[in-house]
Amino acid sequence: MNSDEKPILRIKGLNKFYSGGFQALKDINLDINKGEIVALLGPNGAGKTTLISVVCGIVNPSSGTVTVDGNDIIKDFRKTRSIIGLVPQELTTDSFETVFSTLAFSRGLFGKPPSPTYIEKVLRSLSLWDKKDDMIMTLSGGMKRRVLIAKALSHEPTVLFLDEPTAGVDVNLRKDMWEIVRELKAEGVTIILTTHYIEEAEEIADRVGVINNGEIILMEDKDKLMAKLGKKQLILDLCDQLSAVPQSMADYKLELSDNGMQLVYTFTAQGDRTGITALMDDLKLAGIAFRDLNTTQSSLEEIFVNLVEESS
Amino acid sequence: MNIYGIMAIYKFEMARTKRTLVQSIVAPVITTSLYFIVFGAAIGSRIDQVSGISYGAFIVPGLIMLNLLTHSISNASFGIYFPKFVGTVYEMLSAPVSTLEVVLGYVGAAASKAVILGIIILITANFFIDLQIAHPVMMMVFILLTAISFSLFGFILGIWADNFEKLSIVPMLLVTPLVFLGGSFYSTDMLPQPWQTISHFNPVLYLVSGLRWSFYEISEVSVMLSLASILIFMFACLGVVYYLFKTGYKLRS
Ligand SMILES: Nc1ncnc2c1ncn2[C@@H]1O[C@H](COP(=O)(O)OP(=O)(O)OP(=O)(O)O)[C@@H](O)[C@H]1O
Ligand SMILES: [Mg+2]
Repeated sequence: MNSDEKPILRIKGLNKFYSGGFQALKDINLDINKGEIVALLGPNGAGKTTLISVVCGIVNPSSGTVTVDGNDIIKDFRKTRSIIGLVPQELTTDSFETVFSTLAFSRGLFGKPPSPTYIEKVLRSLSLWDKKDDMIMTLSGGMKRRVLIAKALSHEPTVLFLDEPTAGVDVNLRKDMWEIVRELKAEGVTIILTTHYIEEAEEIADRVGVINNGEIILMEDKDKLMAKLGKKQLILDLCDQLSAVPQSMADYKLELSDNGMQLVYTFTAQGDRTGITALMDDLKLAGIAFRDLNTTQSSLEEIFVNLVEESS
Repeated sequence: MNIYGIMAIYKFEMARTKRTLVQSIVAPVITTSLYFIVFGAAIGSRIDQVSGISYGAFIVPGLIMLNLLTHSISNASFGIYFPKFVGTVYEMLSAPVSTLEVVLGYVGAAASKAVILGIIILITANFFIDLQIAHPVMMMVFILLTAISFSLFGFILGIWADNFEKLSIVPMLLVTPLVFLGGSFYSTDMLPQPWQTISHFNPVLYLVSGLRWSFYEISEVSVMLSLASILIFMFACLGVVYYLFKTGYKLRS
């Protein structure tokens, strides 16, 4: 993190109680820097949409402060909202409007003067240009999702929220979408997205946050996270069945498979010394031969599942 | 002030009407014509005169009021209820528009449509009777204030309603009876007591009376009282609207 730059989004002590008394957000503190892509992961009902909705002005915070580019989202709502774009989780579009007019509407609503050329650019980038005069209700679900993205981009936002943008979206659109996200990032746009597809976070995000039960239980650079929490395993396929791990090798905490044909050695990938060389030597000394070996690295998905299980 | 935002909402709302142009223009022309045939020609021929003018002419202001009220309310209430219903309201809530701007967009459009409708009815009426308007400026003032006030009222209704039944129940059970009992189609001095007195508690009476005065210089209550009551109603609605947005009532959870 670049500490001398002011965060574009700063959330401090944010709590949200819904009218029934249910607490959807618990003391959220979060800084997001300009130009970052942040992926928020979390199980259903974790509070991802609620968090985004507070920042965008759709849900009132119960306590705490949120600033966007140094402006308070309530006192200076004009400034903050005019630079934020939101693609909502639900596919909610007007039905009888045309694609072009709904974009013109969005742009105007966000206080920007009409610009048919800009709208054309957005529509072309989302492969929607040939549909510009079609009524929205005649479009397929994936096309409607594109329209929602186009609407969110129509006022040239510098902070973009994508709430599960790839739900119900085919491979092509997903590719297009990540292409656009990368282009926007290159232009300096900050992007905060939520997803249930961990590969997406792994592929696109600079930082990954995990929310569970309204709390941020983790916020970390993706690479550091993978390195820190990513466990590696060395799996050895043995030539001869083994009944127990030899006493001389207890230090390695090896696991023996049920059929006695596999040894599994778990080590962390970040340390300089993985202990593999020593292990090999000791195996030779103990007279254990192996036919094959391979290593696996835990994915973000496993990290995520472990974290959520720990926290609940 | 987010002028582009206001214009976007206004244009969106007006476009909604354009799509149903036939329904928005032909329908009122037909119903107005029916009123003149039934009440003006058929029944009116036996009533001959009310308060010194022909019955056909007498009902014109009442007819305009009836349409202004019902259409202002339905246009504005549907305008804001529908985005809530389908979920597109998220965009307005996340946009840099203030309460005032949202109200100007929705209420401005609903009121514009109601005023256009009022003028269409006026033109239609002119085919059936020889219209005379003593105070055209005052007529426009009354039409405008009524359209704005009841569009505001409709807007509040649309925000309050969380189902279609609530949306239609207020116009049906409250507005229509008040219009019919408010001297739209008769003079309340034709009523026996105590109904005459009771009628004076009907706010619509003041509107109809004021508008009728601008046409024929006859009224049941003083014009100033009519003007005052519509202004009071308008500011009451504005107050409620301000409060709704301030608290995020039913829009922001
Ligand atoms: N308007 C509301 N009133 C009351 N409770 C709500 C409201 N909206 C959301 N909640 C509750 O708040 C919690 C968080 O919801 P939220 O939609 O933020 O979750 P999420 O992380 O986006 O979930 P998902 O992955 O399913 O989209 C849930 O328990 C939900 O039931
Ligand atoms: Mg959600």
